[in-house]
Amino acid sequence: MDLQELREIAREEKARQKPVRVHCCTSTGCRAADAMGIYGNLQAAVKEHHLEDRVEVIGVGCMGFCGRGPLVQIDPDDLLYEEVVPDQATSIIEAMNGGTAQPILGDSQHPFFARQTRVVREYSGKIDPERIEEYIAVGGYESLHKAIYEMTPAAVVEQISKSGLRGRGGGGYPTGLKWATVAKMPGDQKYIICNGDEGDPGAFMDRSILESDPHLVLEGMAIAGYAVGANHGYIYVRAEYPLAIARLQKGIQQAKKYGLLGSQIFDSPFDFKIDIRIGAGAFVCGEETALIQSIEGGRGNPVPRPPYPAEKGLYECPTLINNVETLANITAIIRNGADWYASIGTENSKGTKIFALTGKIRNNGLIEVPMGITLREIVEDMGGGVPDGEVKAVQTGGPSGGCIPKSMLDTPVDYDSLRQVGSMMGSGGMVVMDDSTSMVGIAQFYMEFCRGETCGKCVPCRTGTVQLYAMLSKILKRQATRDDLAKMEALCEMVRDTSLCGLGQTAPNPVLSTLKYFREEYEALLVEPEYLNGQAALHGVSA
Amino acid sequence: MSPTAIPSTVESATPAVKEKSAKPDLRFKRLDITMKRHQYQPDALIEVLHVAQEAFGFLEEDVLDYVAHGLKLPLSKVYGVATFYHLFSLKPSGAHTCVVCMGTACYVKGGDKVLEKLQEELGIELGETTPDGKVSLMAARCLGACGIAPAVVFDGTVGGKLTPEEAVAKVKIWAGES
Repeated sequence: MDLQELREIAREEKARQKPVRVHCCTSTGCRAADAMGIYGNLQAAVKEHHLEDRVEVIGVGCMGFCGRGPLVQIDPDDLLYEEVVPDQATSIIEAMNGGTAQPILGDSQHPFFARQTRVVREYSGKIDPERIEEYIAVGGYESLHKAIYEMTPAAVVEQISKSGLRGRGGGGYPTGLKWATVAKMPGDQKYIICNGDEGDPGAFMDRSILESDPHLVLEGMAIAGYAVGANHGYIYVRAEYPLAIARLQKGIQQAKKYGLLGSQIFDSPFDFKIDIRIGAGAFVCGEETALIQSIEGGRGNPVPRPPYPAEKGLYECPTLINNVETLANITAIIRNGADWYASIGTENSKGTKIFALTGKIRNNGLIEVPMGITLREIVEDMGGGVPDGEVKAVQTGGPSGGCIPKSMLDTPVDYDSLRQVGSMMGSGGMVVMDDSTSMVGIAQFYMEFCRGETCGKCVPCRTGTVQLYAMLSKILKRQATRDDLAKMEALCEMVRDTSLCGLGQTAPNPVLSTLKYFREEYEALLVEPEYLNGQAALHGVSA
Repeated sequence: MSPTAIPSTVESATPAVKEKSAKPDLRFKRLDITMKRHQYQPDALIEVLHVAQEAFGFLEEDVLDYVAHGLKLPLSKVYGVATFYHLFSLKPSGAHTCVVCMGTACYVKGGDKVLEKLQEELGIELGETTPDGKVSLMAARCLGACGIAPAVVFDGTVGGKLTPEEAVAKVKIWAGES
């Protein structure tokens, strides 16, 4: 395979594509509402009306507006149908011949779509994720060729550094710096790991990327391999994402067949192979050292750093671990240059970020927005606000993050601003809560999560989360006093400061942030010691 | 060492396995194939356990023993890994499984009420199986289907935007099966 052949595939694919493309979402969310039935009926209807020469029906990945799914979108007219049911498929096709389509015609210029800047999700929902030819037709694998033939590995690392890209998994560590560290390490054997263990409840952008555009991640991994001198990559995906796994497997096979993965990529001396590793349900495996243990077939227990995986990681070799979304940004940076990428976003947070906008919100789904956009723009303009009631808080960062109150909705969304208000970017979950949500209840919900997901290795996290959960339950049962609250706060700080890994260090965040902004809710649940003594006496127990 | 060369541990298993061991048990064959594909490397443990869980429905002690022999790992390590991850189960599950998503989006939209109603209806707690062995009730941390919260997986099929009553209705269909 050389560039000519790659472009020939792209040309052939474009020639094959029909002028009218009916995109039917076949991702997990829409599948739950029988998207496959719609897909089948659309195809049958095209046949029935003898439109095969002009119209094709394509099963695509996520279009983002999951709350209104299943979605069917038609190009080039940019018609968007929402909440389609299989029986309406025929009418959609008939509408092309002058009929009227039954399903709700959505607004593809709605702020939910119009305010987005699509870098990672550019072709998500536009191409068939199960056909590599469609990816090649939109310029796929050209970045990999450019990297191998027009750039030195050091130049690739420099571009990534200059772009200002930071890790999208939560920590926000500068990606270029990580790449440079691994590239500098001696040794012939290095590894690339793509962290697809998206355990954050409320976040599903990684699933969506893997389901909608798997080759984007595969190509990003290969470029990373070239840049740091690794020839073997692993994608670690949660077992809860069977569709993503299936599409990755298919993608790897197709790329290998075309010589875009495997040995001598583009007839160059660069080899790169990718294996998939499937998780088995452990949130802690999103932590990089735990993830390495899991790939090696062991329990996902984190180990102290340093040494960092960049020095000594998988099988004791230098290892580059990047999140799915981080790697999905790479091809665009190589294609358009670091300066272009750095022109999006804020001073310290460059580029775009995908958020999963969910909870009590009118328009829920996935949005890709430039860094620095305010929470208010996301929640009120794009999300359309809370259906009945008012926004009370927005939770970002999952079990490691915090709740941001309504009064702070003008906070810009970037790594540093979110940290300043006591939350964090996390992997990009954004759960909107209204007045009916108890903040103490939410804190308890997250603590229950951490209590169940702690690996049990270090004491502060193992027993601290259990105690914090018990204390929160006590408060909710109206059996706690002011003293208990003070004890709980002290314990939060202890767990945060003394735990081994990120899970324990951030586990108290939901409690601390709700205490900071919604303290009155906690205090309203407290009781006086005399009352407790009275209760105890009533039940014949000495206090 | 070929893992097929250790039939003794296999035959000492539960009666269910014994009956079948008159014929070669194809499920163990599947384990053999998987282990061979990974060249009996110990780091394939999780992959092999995935296959075992799928083939047997749960991980019995003899299965763990079999895998330990095949990958030349101490049984303690295999047991340790099998008990660490949520997806591996050491107890048999019911004929049908009902997995309630307890992710944040589902929780905020009433997933907890769906779960409560299911518990009430089935008369079992989370992680338990009905006495007749028909339905197992489980929770997932997050299915990543937050757009259609609250979500429940009925035997591998995701159902979204469910009310507690709708969820119960789905489970009741199973209960009616003989």
